[in-house]
Amino acid sequence: MNSNMVIADRLQFAFTVMFHYLFPIVTMGLGFFIAWLSTAHLITGDEGYARAAHFWGKVFAINFAVGVVTGIPLEFQFGTNWSQFSSFAGGIFGQTLPLEGTYAFFLESGFLGLFLFGEGRVPKVIHWLGGIGVAFGSLLSGYFITAANAWMQHPVGYARDAQGNIHLTSFWQVMFNPYVGWQYAHVINGALLTGAFLLAALGAFYLLQGEHQEFARRSLALGVLAGLVLALLQLFPTGDGVGRNVVKYQPAKLAAMEGQFRTEPGAPLAIIGMPDTQQGALLDPLYVPDALSFLAYGRFGARVTGLNDIAPDLRPPVEVTYYAYHIMAGLGTIFIALMLLGALLWWRRRLFTSRWYLWIMMLAFPFPFIANEAGWVVAEVGRQPWIAYGLLRTSGGISPTVAAGETIFTLLGFMGIYLLLALLWLLLVGRVVMQGPEEGSAA
Amino acid sequence: MIIHALWFGLLGVMLAVYAVLDGYDLGAGAAHLWLARSDAERRIVLNSIGPVWNGNEVWLLAAGGMMVVSFPRLYAAAFSGFYLALVLVLWLLILRGVSIEFRSKIAHELWRALWDAGFCIGSLLLALLLGVALGNVLRGLPIGPQGVFQGTFAIMLNPYALLTGVLSVAVLAWHGMNFLRGKTEGVLHERALRWSSRLWWAALLLALGTTAATFTLRAGIGFNFARAPWALALPALSLFGFAWSQTGSGDAGDRRAFAGSTVAIIGLLGSAAATVYPALLPSTLSPAYSLTIDNAASSPHAMITAFIANLVGMVVVAGYSLYLHRLFRGKTRLGRHAY
Ligand code: HDD
Ligand code: HEM
Ligand code: HEM
Repeated sequence: MNSNMVIADRLQFAFTVMFHYLFPIVTMGLGFFIAWLSTAHLITGDEGYARAAHFWGKVFAINFAVGVVTGIPLEFQFGTNWSQFSSFAGGIFGQTLPLEGTYAFFLESGFLGLFLFGEGRVPKVIHWLGGIGVAFGSLLSGYFITAANAWMQHPVGYARDAQGNIHLTSFWQVMFNPYVGWQYAHVINGALLTGAFLLAALGAFYLLQGEHQEFARRSLALGVLAGLVLALLQLFPTGDGVGRNVVKYQPAKLAAMEGQFRTEPGAPLAIIGMPDTQQGALLDPLYVPDALSFLAYGRFGARVTGLNDIAPDLRPPVEVTYYAYHIMAGLGTIFIALMLLGALLWWRRRLFTSRWYLWIMMLAFPFPFIANEAGWVVAEVGRQPWIAYGLLRTSGGISPTVAAGETIFTLLGFMGIYLLLALLWLLLVGRVVMQGPEEGSAA
Repeated sequence: MIIHALWFGLLGVMLAVYAVLDGYDLGAGAAHLWLARSDAERRIVLNSIGPVWNGNEVWLLAAGGMMVVSFPRLYAAAFSGFYLALVLVLWLLILRGVSIEFRSKIAHELWRALWDAGFCIGSLLLALLLGVALGNVLRGLPIGPQGVFQGTFAIMLNPYALLTGVLSVAVLAWHGMNFLRGKTEGVLHERALRWSSRLWWAALLLALGTTAATFTLRAGIGFNFARAPWALALPALSLFGFAWSQTGSGDAGDRRAFAGSTVAIIGLLGSAAATVYPALLPSTLSPAYSLTIDNAASSPHAMITAFIANLVGMVVVAGYSLYLHRLFRGKTRLGRHAY
């Protein structure tokens, strides 16, 4: 029975957190660009910026509502479905969790009220501060939750007593886990990149429609230029940075990501290939010789541990980790190419008239979401079989009193509700897009 | 250990502030279908809570997060034990949040009627369930060794807990009416006034009845009050709140009413906390199985750092929450950015 319970709990967590994450990326991404636009308005006094900020504010508000209601179940789940994990590690893992509430969610929700309702009631600068507060709050909430996750990837700041219980020894180590720095940078940058894609996609859409030209050109140009910088940063240094942390702290995850079965010096980097766990080999690979050793350790001859030398019960699910990683990294490369192309067109003054490029950018916006989700699958599935790496197995973290049937029942309920939420989100954001930025408020 | 008691106090304060703040928007939501009839009136209600309701709800979330770090065993036992009840709470929170945010986005009668109902049902059932939960904490639950809950979902719907649930609905609806008295004008204000005085009676009678029920149900309940007679100030505070709310007239009367229900809620929750202390979740099977501030606590170092970190944060939060509430004080008007 226990294994069914573990599967049910994992499925439920994976589904609810992956759904939730669709919204915070937009919040964090748009929050940043809204703050940018309001600042530009404050400095230049150009009303176009204010209209743009206001327009994105409407999308933001709809998105925020769904993000909030889907975030609350996650916070509860640590207790409802992962009670043994919570009672084992609550004193340490839990350090960052309430801080997200006290330092970030209050800020975010309070200042969103100020930003959306305060216009006209408060001086311009205070209203602007409201926008900055929202953006800052959402970036901050990303930090605390990423720090909690980093602790699960690389537990620090604790000591074990004779009974095997763990106790906090250093709050600061938990807050500034060596794992969290690059992870946070990569996560936030991924969200900002998504925001840039949204700006570009909407700009492209209006340009193709021949509507709201002024707004559309600005959106597209800002999206493409910021997007180019962000897409590059996503690969280097942040992607490289998280990768190095994986090498250092979780060799099994690295081997699964890369489909590296044999332990060897001068390990090659697989660009494509199909991992086969039965044979313990990567089928039909396309290799760059010695490149994995170099990327991981900075030396072409370095030894990389392969899956075949890791005990079977300590290997993460190889296929999922491998494909998710290649989807993310592949998309990351494509994003760089797309944004470079856009910047080139912009430089040649053809950005707003190249219809083929506008079509591509209009349709490209779902892909950063896919890349972000794939990245989390790498991080979380690749961490298996541990819930807290090296400390507690996932199977030892579940709630012993909650039956698999109950979890499946509630999972189905969440699926139904979230389907409705997704449809509502599409409907309402679709209406905002159809109304366009020139409209007054859509009460 | 002193830090255990301090954490009990901090969590108590968090939950009391939550009950006061989210209480008025839950109460307003529960009663708004009857209070506000036309679209414009309903929008007045929505816009009165619009800029603040989400921040109010964060007090509950933050309290939950603090429970993880301070009393992890309580969090683990309670949340997994009441699994289905909590999932129901989650679904109601989703329904309610979405109803508030999405209702006015489309100007269509059916669309709005749908979300109005969602807002009402969500608020009403949440107020009820929060009261039921509190009642069960007061009454005790079949908690076995290692803090494992040994009952079923149905056991939580016992008559005593249902009584506290109804009390919670009445008190919060009263509180919500008092809040709306300060926010509305004209006919709507008249109606809020009338509802407020009806609900005052309901809340007061239910509070007295629940107190009597508590005394008959739990013999040892007077113990904490006998040992620390100053704690009697808490129930007295609650009675004072009920009385205070009825003084004054006009605008001052509206303000007093809200202040009075605020004080009454704090007094009621404080009294509840004083009766269970030092237990967090009393066991009806054996006192030895009760989860208490000592056996559910995490290590002292963890508790102290988290206490400081969260207290500092909460002081800041209290500061700007006050600012924001002041900013949006006064009668609600439907502006350009309205819900
Ligand atoms: C727009 C989204 C996006 C894009 C284009 C990329 N990533 Fe990423 N990646 C993420 C979004 C993301 C993420 C969602 O933010 C993750 C999940 C967990 C984390 O730390 O960041 C992640 C995780 C993640 C991990 C696992 C970290 C861990 O297990 O702790 C590695 C090694 C990389 N990334 C490396 C890369 C490389 C080399 C990329 C090449 C371009 C890349 N990512 C593109
Ligand atoms: C929002 C981005 C995230 C996504 C998309 C994500 C995805 C996933 C997935 C796919 C799983 C299932 C893995 C498996 O069981 O094979 C999982 C498990 C889990 N994740 Fe995450 N995760 C995210 C962030 C986080 C964060 C920030 C935390 C902690 C604060 C966290 C805590 C957990 C826990 C407790 C489990 C269950 C235990 C486990 O399977 O190891 N996740 N997550
Ligand atoms: C297990 C993982 C997670 C938990 C427990 C969690 C919890 C929550 C909760 C309770 C809320 C609602 C806050 C409110 O009422 O205002 C929320 C919203 C939010 N979360 Fe998560 N979250 C998780 C994963 C993540 C991740 C990985 C990120 C970003 C890196 C993130 C960023 C945000 C942001 C920015 C919000 C604000 C609302 C929104 O943007 O939609 N969350 N989350």
